[in-house]
Amino acid sequence: MGADGAKTGGLRGVARRVTSSVVGRAIWRVVGPIGRWLRSIRWTSWAFVAPALLLIGFFLVYPTLMTIFRSFFGRSTSLFGAPFVGLENWKYVFTNDVMLTALRNNALWAVLFTTCTVGFGLILAVLLDRVKYERIVKSIIFIPAAISMVGASVVWKFVYAWKPAYIDQIGVLNAVVVAFGGEPVGWLIQRPWVNNICLIIVGIWIWTGFCMVILSAAYKNIPKALLEAARIDGANEWRVFRRIILPLLAPTASVVATTMVVQVLKIFDIIFVMTNGNYSTEVIANRMYKEMFNFFNYGRASAIAVVLLILIVPFMIINIRRFAAQEGGR
Amino acid sequence: MMKRDALSPSRIAAKVPLHLAILLFAAIWIIPTLGLLITSFRDPASIAGTGWWTVFPKLFSGGQYSLENYIGVLQGEGLARSFLNSLIISVPATAISTFIASFAAFGFAWMRFTGRRTLFMLLVGLMVIPLQMTFIPILPIYSKLQLAGTFPGIWLAHTAYGLPLTTYLVHNFMAGIPKDLFDSAAIDGASPFKTFARIVMPISVPALASVFIFQFLWIWNDLLVGLIYLGGKPDVAPLTVSIANLVTNRGQDWELLTAAAFVSMALPLIVFFSLQRYFVRGILAGSVKG
Repeated sequence: MGADGAKTGGLRGVARRVTSSVVGRAIWRVVGPIGRWLRSIRWTSWAFVAPALLLIGFFLVYPTLMTIFRSFFGRSTSLFGAPFVGLENWKYVFTNDVMLTALRNNALWAVLFTTCTVGFGLILAVLLDRVKYERIVKSIIFIPAAISMVGASVVWKFVYAWKPAYIDQIGVLNAVVVAFGGEPVGWLIQRPWVNNICLIIVGIWIWTGFCMVILSAAYKNIPKALLEAARIDGANEWRVFRRIILPLLAPTASVVATTMVVQVLKIFDIIFVMTNGNYSTEVIANRMYKEMFNFFNYGRASAIAVVLLILIVPFMIINIRRFAAQEGGR
Repeated sequence: MMKRDALSPSRIAAKVPLHLAILLFAAIWIIPTLGLLITSFRDPASIAGTGWWTVFPKLFSGGQYSLENYIGVLQGEGLARSFLNSLIISVPATAISTFIASFAAFGFAWMRFTGRRTLFMLLVGLMVIPLQMTFIPILPIYSKLQLAGTFPGIWLAHTAYGLPLTTYLVHNFMAGIPKDLFDSAAIDGASPFKTFARIVMPISVPALASVFIFQFLWIWNDLLVGLIYLGGKPDVAPLTVSIANLVTNRGQDWELLTAAAFVSMALPLIVFFSLQRYFVRGILAGSVKG
């Protein structure tokens, strides 16, 4: 034993002596598997992903779970001081007039905004491919996607500016209306359809360029010989579009459409800056902000946030499935 | 033969509706911004009195334009400070998140560990999570740690919020690096960190540039995260928050609003026009896997 310890010496010798004693063996029985497990962990691998996972865990995963939990508690800004109220906040979310308006408006946004952004993007992708000045027009359409939604909202607030009929209009849109002999319209005030549609137009103006860029790249990937062959066979342009281009672009268009729906469900900046949800233009995200920052009702705000999450969960699943399919194909 | 065909009068006539449709789109997309730009250089009395399009008959005659409005918002309304704040917020936040994301992307693309696939799926799911889900639990922690209303606080928040997408984008690129490169590095005895620093990072520069630009513009243009974590304090507020306040408080002062909006748009426009290629590549990488 002694000679053995002297041969190996130092730490190893000490370890050996400990593990061969009775107590040592008992401890080793517990520590051993843990040690083997610790050694089996690929520390280097984890070192690469750990910073990202820690940040994501703290800023996204933990708060998401807490917010779901918090939505069953009442009005308070402290996390644990609020009374349990059961489904009270949820009753508010689905019965309160303003919340119902917000839900209706988000639905209107989802339908109009998504149809128009993807539709215009598709039309532009196909049309622009046929003209020589494609690049410059693409840049023009894309500019709004590069600037902030706050900036874009100011741009359009000015387009929608209203002045009484007896003085000159300074907003482009009312100037056109007056030039054609109409009365100036309070675009952002006339509820519920005119103002909501005017806000949605701002969103479409911002996001069409994004859709166009992606759809255009997909369109340029279609072999031109395919389209030529159909034309030689006597198909007219509409038929070529309907029977060849559209089916080939459908997968890309559906990816873009999901992105747009997710964007629109979370829409906030435009409403916050242009109307702050007044005149029946409220949306879910803006309502959440108000409950949180203006009324300090963290319980209700949490419930409203969870509504957003529930609406977005199907798209999370779609994204994950799509990713899993891509991975499988690799 | 095709060429002569394309030039024939009937072919040109057939293309007229096409050009008209495109011109209509281009006009709708450029007129609002053009109006804003022209208005921002006019004096307040003319702005309130006549439409900006009335400058067209005498477009280039001097005297009707000035930089007064810009001086007004930058100094009087403190937007110079906000511009600086926007830079102080966006540049470090983008750098940190691109850096951490490239580590994580390499880990997910080329390292093997238990739960790798599940964790990456979680990441893909979190790409679209509404940030509204995160504010309420984080804010109390932020005030306790005195991070609310500070730059480090918002750097961290922006970094974390951007990570799922940035990691995903960089991962898509790194997963495409040929395996042979790693094999030869392994034969040379390079550790994973050395391989990452000497081989992976240098060849990822174009992809990282796209992600950086994308993320930078996202943070520069962000309103919501700034509102929540900086609480609208003028000394730390970014441009978006300050302009939103300006719209609330000075809603009819178009000389201020138009100039302010253009100040916030200037940098994104410069970035977009000078780095369009990277920008578009970033968008394409995010949506359809290349």
